[in-house]
Amino acid sequence: MIELALTTVLALLLSFLADRDKTLAGLKKGAGMFLNILPAMLGVLILVSVFLYLVPASLMTAWLGKGTGWTGIVSAAVLGSISLIPGFIAFPLGAILLHSGVSFQVIAVFITTLMMVGFLTLPLEAKYFGWRVSLLRNALSFAGALLVGLLMGNFL
Amino acid sequence: MNSRAIGFLKKFGFFLLFAVFIAVSHIGSFAAGKEIGKNFRVFFLEMILILPLMFILIGLFDVWVPRERLMRHLGPGSGAWGILWVVLLAMLQAGPLYGAFPVAALLWRKGCSVRNVFIYLGAFTTIKIPMLAFEVGFLGWKFSLLRGLFSFPVFIAIGFLLAFYLKNRQFEVREPG
Repeated sequence: MIELALTTVLALLLSFLADRDKTLAGLKKGAGMFLNILPAMLGVLILVSVFLYLVPASLMTAWLGKGTGWTGIVSAAVLGSISLIPGFIAFPLGAILLHSGVSFQVIAVFITTLMMVGFLTLPLEAKYFGWRVSLLRNALSFAGALLVGLLMGNFL
Repeated sequence: MNSRAIGFLKKFGFFLLFAVFIAVSHIGSFAAGKEIGKNFRVFFLEMILILPLMFILIGLFDVWVPRERLMRHLGPGSGAWGILWVVLLAMLQAGPLYGAFPVAALLWRKGCSVRNVFIYLGAFTTIKIPMLAFEVGFLGWKFSLLRGLFSFPVFIAIGFLLAFYLKNRQFEVREPG
């Protein structure tokens, strides 16, 4: 976050020194793109907020903790695909699961699907790539994430 | 009502409804609504802190990087180097997935190949240097190393597969608006 802020300030400063008009044009373009996507983004955030109310982190832990073998892996994959949890919550959650006895394989599947598959962001993704390609990309990512998670489990 | 106000309502009407719902929940002590509002605040803060900065960078990138140059390095025929560059670009970024879509659209508009656009997205979702210390701290270096090692061929393969599938289908990355 701080790195991003510093980079932005530095880039702005350099750009401004190099060419004022170009910088202003760039800022205008960036602001336009931001405002165009803002409604869709707010929609996704509302979806995520409702989802997290229906399935809070404590409930996720309970579900994943109970599952053993394939049930655990499937529920981890489904939960991971639907949820949209930032890394700074997901990794500590993974550590908690690990300490409560959940297998590494289930955690790996949960984390990989969480990162690679975005079910709730599909409406937003479709605005850029269209529904067909977005669904295809996520389906491929789902298969890939499952594979990565399962493979990881064999080595951990 | 003028057309601008109607346009605004069309775009943000659902959000105004949501805001009213949260406000009413607070007045009426409706627990579910309050909880959803609390969740929304957390995500909204994350978005409103990161995205404006990102879009400033995207705007600057847009005016400063010439299409010919980007195309030469990331476009069709850029080969293994093109892959390396998009992966590096993605790895240095942090933030949620939805922040990667506008960057992907910009790369596309500047001449990045379909394959590299999707490899960028794949790398963005899997490997993030700013988050690495965090991941290692909580789940151990072996976890991160294995995840990176196995994910790498997977998202490269997905990029190739999608590019192959979209080859003759007039695929385009649109910019919403």
